[in-house]
Amino acid sequence: MNFLYGLTLLLIYQLIGEGLSLFFTLSVPGPVIGMSLLFLSLLVFYKIKNNNAEKQPQNDALSNSAAAILNHLSLLFIPAGVGLIVHIDRLEDQWLPIIAAIVLGSIITMAVTAGVMMLLNRLLKLDTDSQSETKI
Amino acid sequence: MNGVNEGVWVYLSTSPLLWLTVTLIVYCAASQLYEWSNANPLLNPVAISITLLISFLALTKTDYQLYFSGAQYIHFLLGPATVALAIPLYHQVSKLKKIWFSAMVAISTGVVLGAVSSVFIAKWLGADIQTQLSLAPKSVTAPVAMGIAEKIGALPSLTAALVVMTGVTGALICTLLFSLLGIKDNSVKGIAVGVAAHGIGTARAFKISAEMGAFSGLAMALSTLISALALPWLVTFLF
Repeated sequence: MNFLYGLTLLLIYQLIGEGLSLFFTLSVPGPVIGMSLLFLSLLVFYKIKNNNAEKQPQNDALSNSAAAILNHLSLLFIPAGVGLIVHIDRLEDQWLPIIAAIVLGSIITMAVTAGVMMLLNRLLKLDTDSQSETKI
Repeated sequence: MNGVNEGVWVYLSTSPLLWLTVTLIVYCAASQLYEWSNANPLLNPVAISITLLISFLALTKTDYQLYFSGAQYIHFLLGPATVALAIPLYHQVSKLKKIWFSAMVAISTGVVLGAVSSVFIAKWLGADIQTQLSLAPKSVTAPVAMGIAEKIGALPSLTAALVVMTGVTGALICTLLFSLLGIKDNSVKGIAVGVAAHGIGTARAFKISAEMGAFSGLAMALSTLISALALPWLVTFLF
């Protein structure tokens, strides 16, 4: 039953997100609005309930359903990935620019993100070097 | 093949059940192989599953539309999965409070430079305009990337395939790249891989460490939000 409650809640938030996205013709897709609303709801809910947003339950219905879906996140990309079969001709024609853009683009994205993050942490003198409060 | 067998094949091959089941069988086998190899990045289960499924479709001369009639039930779960990212994000809220500023700046920079560099590299090496446009949202998680692709006039199905290729690439090269660059902080590594390689990178990050996975999920969620807001606007500048 727990899993069903969690999944239902996720779908309700997605539905609200889709509704808002369509109604206000927003450029942000529905699931992303749903995610933001759920995040805000959790903050508000646990602030009221426990008077302390830091103390969070880890085994409630929602966490379990989320973990069940997110554990197999990579499975969910397969149907879209198989869609490559429709674009085989394009890939054959333009394999060099496509592969180069993907590989170099990924290296640039990761290196820039990590670089900016470390630079700012150092400038702001944040101690983020893990282990101290590891929890999921 | 005799007449009866052929009849069974014709019937089953047009039902969604067959393609849904085949997708799950292939993925389970590929995941098992990945486990046995101690999560060797070269045996990425997504890459192996897609290669096998494409070969299978080509051999049986099956239309992608027909395949998708079964596989859509899996594809559909990308929506609730995106919503579900709020939970790992919430579980990291105390650490998020400390690093939110540097994370937001780093993720925004990564999203913008990543999209711009990919488009320019493709343009410079002679890709056509449709390919260039479809590459812009390649680091965004699939359902959102397809939404962005529609908005900017790219091909949503091509974008989806490029998104998956990007995710697999990021998962493949991240460990090597971080050790070459001497990056050790798990929160930094997680954020970088989440921005570049969305859910597939996040799945990889969870195999390396729970903390890296949580931050990768966080970066994926935030970069999805930033991309959805910024990319349609950025593209009007680039083209």
